[in-house]
Amino acid sequence: MNIEEIVKPENLAYAKSKTLTDAPMHYCPGCSHGTVHKILAEAIEELGIQDKAVGIAPVGCAVMLYSYLDIDWVEAAHGRAPAVATGIKRTNPHLHVFAYQGDGDLAAIGTAEIIHACNRGENITVIFINNAIYGMTGGQMAPTTLLGMKTATTPQGRQANLNGYPFKVSELMAQLPGVSYVTRQAVHTPGAVRQAKRALKKAVEKAYAQKGTSFVEVVATCSSGWKLSPTEANRWMAENMLPFYPLGDLKDN
Amino acid sequence: MPDLRLMKGNEAIAAAAIRCGCDAYFGYPITPQSEVMETLMDMRPWETTGMVVLQAESEIASINMVYGAASAGKRAMTSSSSPGVSLMAEGLSYLAGAELPCLVVNVSRGGPGLGTIQPSQADYFMATKGGGHGDFHLIVLAPASVQEMYDFVPLAFDLAFTYRNPAMILADGVIGQMMEKVELRPPRPRPTDEEMQKSVGSWAVTGKRNRRRNIITSVELDPAVHEKFNQKLQAKYAEIQEKEARYEELLCSDAQYLIVAYGISARIGQKAVELLRSEGVKAGLFRPITLYPFPAKSLAARARQLKGILCVELSAGQMVEDVRLSVESALPVAHFGRNGGIIHSPNEVAEAMKKLKTNCE
Repeated sequence: MNIEEIVKPENLAYAKSKTLTDAPMHYCPGCSHGTVHKILAEAIEELGIQDKAVGIAPVGCAVMLYSYLDIDWVEAAHGRAPAVATGIKRTNPHLHVFAYQGDGDLAAIGTAEIIHACNRGENITVIFINNAIYGMTGGQMAPTTLLGMKTATTPQGRQANLNGYPFKVSELMAQLPGVSYVTRQAVHTPGAVRQAKRALKKAVEKAYAQKGTSFVEVVATCSSGWKLSPTEANRWMAENMLPFYPLGDLKDN
Repeated sequence: MPDLRLMKGNEAIAAAAIRCGCDAYFGYPITPQSEVMETLMDMRPWETTGMVVLQAESEIASINMVYGAASAGKRAMTSSSSPGVSLMAEGLSYLAGAELPCLVVNVSRGGPGLGTIQPSQADYFMATKGGGHGDFHLIVLAPASVQEMYDFVPLAFDLAFTYRNPAMILADGVIGQMMEKVELRPPRPRPTDEEMQKSVGSWAVTGKRNRRRNIITSVELDPAVHEKFNQKLQAKYAEIQEKEARYEELLCSDAQYLIVAYGISARIGQKAVELLRSEGVKAGLFRPITLYPFPAKSLAARARQLKGILCVELSAGQMVEDVRLSVESALPVAHFGRNGGIIHSPNEVAEAMKKLKTNCE
């Protein structure tokens, strides 16, 4: 029996989204980025917006994101994606514009840009990957790093008196009247993946309907940065990250 | 009948932006250029031409909003003054690296640091030698009148789109704040979707309908590919230097002593030339209109007949370096400048020239 005999339209339960390219992803085993890319591609395809979607890629591990989704892309400077998205969306209201950012990009260097884009209620979708660490530069402390968590720049563990407190960004965004939808998701179990995809689709639709900014946080793993196996990273995330960053909708207007 | 108005330089920038089909302005208030955004907000172009005007949270956000709109092929601009333009350095480098056209207006003031809100020309290095990381240049236009503040807006956009490179209007606080007669040129409509598709469709992010996806980026991790890209950029700058150098000469045909000055210093230099001529000194004025590309060849050609050059700037001596490079030490080149927001008088410029003349004789 060869592959063609097995894979037939009538028994095809699942296929790679047409919005995903064939480029091999550069992510480490166990990294959440690949899964989020996949459900983002599926969401775009299922909403039928491939021809009018523009993504903003961040600086960080997802810097090459534009290689993986077959839509128009802009690569932004570190932290500036919400301003770049504002420039595109304000001059092209017919486009679906989304910014994809990590925790260093969005919650440290780009804090002003994200707060003000959200506070203006820009009709864009922000996807915020929170893995509590700087992945690309080698595992340094992020604004969202948990207290006690060891990183390359907190080798003894994050201490509040030295390094400040972990930053709950979604809780802050939910306070802003310009933001219509804030949700915190994860992709560590099949159920969570399905839930996260539903949230993404809802976020994109609400932003396009001019309800204001949609903000989707994804609590994510960084197995290399955390120095854990993919399985251990998922478990560590569920046991340590999720109690501090609980999943679910924070705001849905 | 020409449409004549009395306007501030900053107001002329705003009027020209609306009338030349600019799609978007993003800015942050800073003296002495805040009238640009105030005038735009007052004129409400979103109700007429559809131009977007948005007050951003910082100059960093402004330039990145410009980057976004420019990515979509739009004619986007911002304006600021010296400290604000320092904050835009990162964005300007990304715009040049991604080969995006846009317009940045710098109505410059005295520095360094917070400096002063008074006029200055101390941003020449920042404007012409990069103003951000990496090997890149802006196309830099230097208006010397309110009319040129108006006329250089469409010119800067045309050059930016021709070369897919950010362009800057480098003015100073005097040109921004002073009022003069301006002829408003006939309005140019914003491009239609069909015209946009033709001119920017091959690269702009407009949704990938009926084409391959477009990607705006400046990242390239393969050194060989990145070197080729840098060589392509440098070839573009060589072409700009060859084709786009602009300048103006006044009383130069028989001149022995030349004032080289731009912006408000050129206006003062013009009066100094009159004073010197009345005292029998054969003085002339050479005014670079493009600071990048610097009109080096034309200045070098004119220098063959000269005995000395006085470079007049509201700085400690920045453009004088390009003047010296242009004439390759063939004749004495002196600098005269004031700093800190002080504006030189025509008399002191004339005196500086007479001192140079004495030294040359």
